[in-house]
Amino acid sequence: MSQISQRVARRIVPCLDVRDGQVVKGVQFRNHVVIGDIIELATNYRNQGADELVFYDITASPEGRRVDIDWVRRVSKTIDIPFCVAGGIRSVADAAEVLAQGADKISINTPALERPDLINELVTAFGSQCVVIGVDSIACGGQYTVRSHTGTPDAMRSPGRKTMDWLAEVVDRGAGEVVLNCMSADGTRAGYDLKQLTAARNILPIPLVASGGAGTLNHFIDVFEQADVDAALAASVFHCGKTPIPELKNQLATAGIEVRPC
Amino acid sequence: MTIAVVDSGGANIASLLHALQRLGIEPVFTADPQVIQAADRVILPGVGAAGQAMLTLNKHGLIKVIRELKQPVLGICLGMQLLFESSEEDDTELLGIIPTRLTLLKKKPGLRIPQIGWNTIDCLNADPFSDALNRKWFYFVHSYAAPVGEWTLASSNHGQAFSALVRQSNFYGAQFHPERSAKAGAKLLKNFMEITCK
Repeated sequence: MSQISQRVARRIVPCLDVRDGQVVKGVQFRNHVVIGDIIELATNYRNQGADELVFYDITASPEGRRVDIDWVRRVSKTIDIPFCVAGGIRSVADAAEVLAQGADKISINTPALERPDLINELVTAFGSQCVVIGVDSIACGGQYTVRSHTGTPDAMRSPGRKTMDWLAEVVDRGAGEVVLNCMSADGTRAGYDLKQLTAARNILPIPLVASGGAGTLNHFIDVFEQADVDAALAASVFHCGKTPIPELKNQLATAGIEVRPC
Repeated sequence: MTIAVVDSGGANIASLLHALQRLGIEPVFTADPQVIQAADRVILPGVGAAGQAMLTLNKHGLIKVIRELKQPVLGICLGMQLLFESSEEDDTELLGIIPTRLTLLKKKPGLRIPQIGWNTIDCLNADPFSDALNRKWFYFVHSYAAPVGEWTLASSNHGQAFSALVRQSNFYGAQFHPERSAKAGAKLLKNFMEITCK
């Protein structure tokens, strides 16, 4: 745990995949099944006590995206907790459009790897506080390396960057927060990748959001206690209804982890 | 009641406008000095950097106008910071309504900067603005902070104590984002709307 006891609460962050304005769940990355209305699900998580929401926009074509971005405005009008929009943001102009609709933060992943200066440009335009860097990472040959274009399995690439070097670089470029998605844990529901998250924690002075692997209440306790992350992101464990957020937060509080009561 | 939200150049202003709409208020988003002077309430929002915000206010001829306002004025996040005299950020001269300097949160091992997340506030002085908000949770996002002083209505802590709610005569400020702080945030905005000027 940290040497300084921070009073700021650890955050629970449900992640919703959005396609053409609806929340979907991917089956084998491809056959997306609609699981609900975006406003209904967002409101439900807000009422359960989620601290923040992440919407991952997986709308296939950029054309479709421009038409459908009005869901960001509808979410902003409805909920009174912060939310971040990830996916499909490739430029300062794209980010400005999403923020103008009411998003509090934007998250970029592949476009930052393709052109790291984009991070600096976003920070200059909007401030560090709304620039989140998503990182997909996997252990490979004894070290962690990043992957890009992970949205579509056929297109996934290895841009040849070591994860820890990339994390240090995004901090230098002014990023406000990092979401580290540990790919080997993702979808397993076997727990967060504590080893990798701890390595990332040791070099990140900015908030770190853990992603990938949550399956039980204890996994959340482990990731806060052992990897000292600031927030835990998860999707299926919340969508399936087996982990109600009020119960999760009660357990975290019992374990001595500072959380915002629901 | 007319509520003017000052256009200080930030890109992400919609969340505040939406929060006011949820309270049944249709705010006017403007940089027009006359509209601002005539409003019953003025809100100074702000996300981004202090230097850029001051340049924008200056460009619209708003610095003197805001300093001389007599109705209740609410600064939110960076908008609250603009009420102070100066900031370590960009070494900028600010509106100078509250006579102290903002500093970068002190780096300490295990302390994350920026502070991003929900934190509680401790009300130090009773005031209608902070009514019923002691120990409530609010959403903070900031790297710079104002020290605790006679202007402080409520403090919070992130490695150090800092001002979470401030007041200097008719100027009020919140370091956190009430528009994204669930019920407690809505209560703060409601408190501000109900302030009666003496």
